[in-house]
Amino acid sequence: MPMLDRKLLRDIRRLWAQALAIAFVVAGGVTSIVLAAGSLRSLEETRAAYYERYQFADVFALLTRAPKSLLSQIAEIPGVAAVEGRIAKLALLDIPDFQEPATGQFLSVPDTDQPRLNQLYMRMGRTPDLSKPEEVVINDGFAKAHKFKLGDRFHAILNGRKRELVIVGIALSPEFIFTIGPGDQMPDERRFAIVWMPEKTLANVYNLEGAFSSVSLKLLRGTSEQEVIKRLDTLLDRYGGQAAYGRANQTSDAYIDHGFEMLKSMRGTLPPIFLLVAGFLVNLTLSRIVALEREQIGLLKALGYRNATIALHYLKFVTIIVTIGIIIGGVGGTWLGSYVTQLYGDYFRFPFLVFAHSPDLYALAAMLSLVAAIIGTMRALKEIMTLTPAIAMQPPAPPRVHRLLPAAWNIHKVISQPGIMMLRNISAHPLRALFATLGIAFATGILIGSLFLNDAIEALIEVTYFMADRQDATISFVERRPINAVEQVKRLPGVLAVEPYRDVPIRIRYGNIEKRVLLSGRPREADLRRLIDVDLRPVSLPENGLAISAWLGKILGVQVGDIVEIDLLEGQRRTVSVSVTALIEDYYGIQGMMVAQSLGRLMREAPSVTTVNVSLDRRAQDQFYQAIKGLPTVSGMALQRVSLVNFREQIVILVTTMVSIYAGLAAVIAFGVVYNSARISLSERARELASLRVLGFTRAEVMRILLLELTVLTLLAQPPGWAIGYGLSWIMKTNSEGEVMRVRMVIENTTYCLASGIIIVAALLSALVIRERINRLDLVSVLKTRD
Amino acid sequence: MSQNIFTARGLTKIYSSGEVEVRALRGLDLDIPAGEVVVLLGPSGSGKSTLLNIMGGLDRTSSGQLFFKDLELTSLDDRGLTTYRRQHVGFVFQFYNLMPSLTAYENVALVTEISENPMRPDEALGLVGLQSRMDHFPSQLSGGEQQRVAIARAIAKRPEVLLCDEPTGALDSKTGILVIEALLSVNSQLGTTTLIITHNASIQDVANRVLSFADGQISRTYKNEHRRTASELSW
Repeated sequence: MPMLDRKLLRDIRRLWAQALAIAFVVAGGVTSIVLAAGSLRSLEETRAAYYERYQFADVFALLTRAPKSLLSQIAEIPGVAAVEGRIAKLALLDIPDFQEPATGQFLSVPDTDQPRLNQLYMRMGRTPDLSKPEEVVINDGFAKAHKFKLGDRFHAILNGRKRELVIVGIALSPEFIFTIGPGDQMPDERRFAIVWMPEKTLANVYNLEGAFSSVSLKLLRGTSEQEVIKRLDTLLDRYGGQAAYGRANQTSDAYIDHGFEMLKSMRGTLPPIFLLVAGFLVNLTLSRIVALEREQIGLLKALGYRNATIALHYLKFVTIIVTIGIIIGGVGGTWLGSYVTQLYGDYFRFPFLVFAHSPDLYALAAMLSLVAAIIGTMRALKEIMTLTPAIAMQPPAPPRVHRLLPAAWNIHKVISQPGIMMLRNISAHPLRALFATLGIAFATGILIGSLFLNDAIEALIEVTYFMADRQDATISFVERRPINAVEQVKRLPGVLAVEPYRDVPIRIRYGNIEKRVLLSGRPREADLRRLIDVDLRPVSLPENGLAISAWLGKILGVQVGDIVEIDLLEGQRRTVSVSVTALIEDYYGIQGMMVAQSLGRLMREAPSVTTVNVSLDRRAQDQFYQAIKGLPTVSGMALQRVSLVNFREQIVILVTTMVSIYAGLAAVIAFGVVYNSARISLSERARELASLRVLGFTRAEVMRILLLELTVLTLLAQPPGWAIGYGLSWIMKTNSEGEVMRVRMVIENTTYCLASGIIIVAALLSALVIRERINRLDLVSVLKTRD
Repeated sequence: MSQNIFTARGLTKIYSSGEVEVRALRGLDLDIPAGEVVVLLGPSGSGKSTLLNIMGGLDRTSSGQLFFKDLELTSLDDRGLTTYRRQHVGFVFQFYNLMPSLTAYENVALVTEISENPMRPDEALGLVGLQSRMDHFPSQLSGGEQQRVAIARAIAKRPEVLLCDEPTGALDSKTGILVIEALLSVNSQLGTTTLIITHNASIQDVANRVLSFADGQISRTYKNEHRRTASELSW
């Protein structure tokens, strides 16, 4: 082995702690890319494979009732590959030992076979026996939430009659990966079930023999979904069809999409920044380490080594360090990636997982890290190489140091001599101090960016559940009821206040952009379900006209004052033009809102209600639940606060895990930076510090001089770090906004403190390590080996 | 000119170090015959080290001409100087300048690897009496031993000139004498022209020629007719 290579290996061994710290910074960047990209790809491929194998439909529509003969007409729409008609009904469930009423989405399956579309993955049990009308298959989430076993029983109010049902099978479906009950904003598997029954049984119950109330379509590749939806709507119009929709509007898929979008936005924001920051830090650190080799480089030149040979030697040096980082990052990223995939896979209850690998991104991350390191090395080498060997072998000339303040000011009376040394040292190497500060600031910034997600979710919960939706329960009726149904609800035990809503599915159009949303007619001064604007103030609906979610306005390109066209998909199914009178900055979903009376006029109907929001007296809660279970007109009930606890538990696992992973990586990077910063400044100043020791300074005093600088730079780095963190969070927020959810730009003070706290702990730990080295500072040899 | 290994005319060197400008050489002329042991004497800052660095191709002049035999060093670029150093020059520095991460043997091999007709590293170490310490790292060697490794490293490529800057400056007298002995024996065995900078006036007794420096010029040249051996030295 050539002597230079031997030197290389021994140098790496000598600098192992620093080399490892740098390798970990690289690993932090690489891990974040591999993890984020790997888990996202795995999940996307898993979903695609799941949809493919279980024939998830492309287009869906609900209607009142249509004869099965219509199905063959639907199948003739150009581009339709398969059609499945079925009966879909919502019904209240009564579950033993469970106070709250739950809602069941009842769906028919062919009597003897799997459905052609939206097939079931039978996790347990079998399909129902036709001769036993009480047999049902339920979804896995609901079964798990209630610890149901095969053979367990529960009740449902089907078409006004309470029936006992027995569970014979537990299944998963690509259509209900994410289950959200009517009126709910988040999944609550205890209170919302998917129940599959043979077609014959369900048709019997609802008098729908030879008819269907829901249709799913599979399209041929390359077919225009819009075109098919248009034709399908025309066909279904006579049969009370509500606007058909594609996967993008299918609740489960839209929510998964949103989950993926969040992951994507994380992937698009944090990892590239981590990688860039890591690259920047590696660049800085290695250039300082190489600069410290000045004398050895001078000697090699004196001995006759060519510049290219020396450059290659140092490039090998940094390449080895970076490669170690890349390997650690690759392994760590793959491992964390499969962990995250598993976590999300469990959350979505995918029946299986496909693990995708991303060699391209891994290579990209590796390349970027290497290039950053090489540039840093070359930068340092270039400076040294231009020196003649005679100069390079001497210690650098003392830097130009200036008095910071006029001598007459006598600052030494205020600041100790070590303090002055520290300040002069910073001012003598302003660029170095700037970069070191910037490095630490970035470390603080990426920590804040990682922790932001927690704040955002908490802020969302705060606004939604404690400021906007303050009702205890939302009751949905099987169908539209006259307004006096509210009085009936009011008389139920425990009810303190009620607010009636009339929800109408609509298609809203502006120019050639069209969206399918719910238009809710609400009391003008609603007190239970309030509208909250960006400044967290309640807003009142305008007297006339239509208010829409600001996000919907953005999609449609609509401003206040614009006239939009609306297809009312209920009642007389008219198409009307209305003026948009307000844009409401809400956080969940997109919707249209109107004062109930205005909507009534638009619908040309007497005041009516589809949902009622209720405020409850907690003490009478159980009686209220009991009473609801006995109401045949109620199809479901949403319990926001009950759901919240449940949702929080689930989402918290995901968010906390992701936040912990990213914050952990950020902390690793931060520690690497701070440690190296301190270590290098120790090497750079070893002689100066040893001289001080010789002059009689104690170890503690020497330590103080060195740490004073580290402390000042670390503290100086915090405010810009907070600014960087705010910027990164803003990018995260902007990237994660979508139809399903928007988050507010909220960073708690505790987050800033936590991020800075982590950095300060990293600095303290580094200081402890450095202290060991100062204690071992060999005074004599440090002073002897140079002139 | 061909009998001289070094010829210099009007060498000038101005340093800008930090905020000060230093005139290290002021129009210096010089002729050094091949094969001699030359001692350079003079106070700090008189220009000895600067001249040695320029002769070794470690530094450049501000003006003037310097020839190594027929090769004009002052006209060479960085690449040319590297080749010159690699082929013709061995250095010994005051503070040894060994690679701390390489053993004695490896430090010598560092040079033999890039030379055309080198000795074996153990042979070079044998010449300075260090065969038995070959596998020791610099930190495991005494100052004198480290300096002898540096000499072995310098002579291993069989250079035509050996440039030594204060080779005994960091050593006690007994060790210093061992080092001078090693240098003289290399000179006599290999005929290497040897230039030694020293503050130690007694070392001049072993030289063929003594150059005294003052203010960036050679103030006196003295030919030593009665050279002493290293063992006769004491300080």
